Amino acid sequence: MESMGSAAIFYATAAVVLGSALYVVVGRNLVHSAFALVAAFFGVAVFYVYLGADFLAGAQVLIYVGGILTLLLFGVMLTNRIYNLNLRSGAIQVVPGALSAGLVFALLVWIIQSVDWGAMDSGDPGPTSESIGRLLVGDYLLPFEIASVLLLIALMGAAMLVRRRGSS
Amino acid sequence: MITRFRQIEMRLMGPLTMIPIVLLLVILGTIAALPVVATILSELVADFVPPPLQHLTIVALGTAGFVGILALNPIYSIWLERKVAAHVQDRLGPMRVGWHGLLQSFADGVKLMFKEDLVPRDADRVLFGAAPMLAVASAFAAFAIVPWGVREDGTVLAVANLNIGVLYFIAITSLGALSVLMAGWGSNNKYALYGGMRAAAQMVSYEIPTAILVLVVVAQVGSLSIPDIVNAQAGGILGVGDWLIFQLFPLNLIAFVLFFICGLAETNRTPFDIPEAESELVAGFHTEYSGMRFAFFFLAEYGNMLLVSMLAALLFLGGWIGPFGSNPLLFFVKGFGLVVVQMWLRWTLPRLRVDQLMGICWKYVIPISFFLLVVTTVIKGLL
Repeated sequence: MESMGSAAIFYATAAVVLGSALYVVVGRNLVHSAFALVAAFFGVAVFYVYLGADFLAGAQVLIYVGGILTLLLFGVMLTNRIYNLNLRSGAIQVVPGALSAGLVFALLVWIIQSVDWGAMDSGDPGPTSESIGRLLVGDYLLPFEIASVLLLIALMGAAMLVRRRGSS
Repeated sequence: MITRFRQIEMRLMGPLTMIPIVLLLVILGTIAALPVVATILSELVADFVPPPLQHLTIVALGTAGFVGILALNPIYSIWLERKVAAHVQDRLGPMRVGWHGLLQSFADGVKLMFKEDLVPRDADRVLFGAAPMLAVASAFAAFAIVPWGVREDGTVLAVANLNIGVLYFIAITSLGALSVLMAGWGSNNKYALYGGMRAAAQMVSYEIPTAILVLVVVAQVGSLSIPDIVNAQAGGILGVGDWLIFQLFPLNLIAFVLFFICGLAETNRTPFDIPEAESELVAGFHTEYSGMRFAFFFLAEYGNMLLVSMLAALLFLGGWIGPFGSNPLLFFVKGFGLVVVQMWLRWTLPRLRVDQLMGICWKYVIPISFFLLVVTTVIKGLL
């Protein structure tokens, strides 16, 4: 993990993530922004691999790229008039937006600097899926279940909202 | 009446007349595909390469093997597809270029390379260009976790022996839906866009049962790693009896059939090929593509076909385990055999309607998959 090559890949990935994330925010073409988000999510998955979190990296690609992003694109394409290549978004409230983003950034930097992260020795990371599984159905079973129920409620609520009135 | 019987007979028997040719092709294909050569070489690696470099050499050989197989796969798969189609329809298919038309696809490939690369004037150039690349990249990247054998010392022959193998497979194949959406949108053509939309809806829907059916296997074996899953199927009668498909009969058999159906749907093959239904959508998402970009979509499609077939072979049919011990060749026979079944189905079955397609997924396949998952887990827990 200490080698030049892996450092080079790390910084290249970081550049891709930041660049595409920036494009998502400032880009005017909505569909391009959505596809730029793919690169950002994928780059984050690469970081998970760097941290030895193999299961998390797989889940990141599966859920964010494969699920959420496809649905997001679907929504973008269907909510506007179909067959219109120029979906545009504009920049409004630049100053308050920049201000709040700067504040959040400062807060994050402060937290990262002040917390002792208990970093592990770098080395060949072991498999993580088994311990994650044990924790999910063991120590953290209740929060895990509450989260699932919450998601289920959100799902049913969404289905309820889009239902046509009158038809039962 | 007689012609009707003749038609049905041809549909059923057509592929059977292909058996000698298919066998020959499987042998040719595997030899051409290099992994077997790579396997033999990897045995030699132990003798000639100093230990620190051994792992790297095996990985390099594995990569070379799979890049070879993926580059050659569409060439002989397209030939095979045309032959299967022809025999199902009582024709001969390509016969002119080479023995039984074997070199036809090479000729077509050369033609495609020299074809003009058209980009529609109003297309979104960035997305239009990126879509074929993403399609091929996602199809090829998924092969990284496909192992084709184990050496005697337990080293797995694969590009990457990931601990989360099947999760990686599900995750990477979901990128394919994005490439189709990208192509459909970027073409700025309503048929292409409809094709892309249909494909995305279909792939996202069928990803769910695929993942659940993979979980059925994972829950029984207790590992996400593909080599572990295959090794758990060793032994039994004739080396066949412990294949997962025969365990807990008939639960795993149903799981296998459903997995194969989902595989067909995810690779947009008939009867699930409405994204490119030519009678209603011209050619679906790749309507505007020509030349090498078009060829790239073909490369991806045949890559994906092989991928789901190989995955089905690994998860349910024992991978490289069979009556003659463990043998990489056996794995390739199983994989290509399932590819032939896919082609056979394509030329036998009619296409499903959009609503039928979604209905099958949400009303039948997903509930049955959940049922299988619960039942197999409960049985596994009781045993």
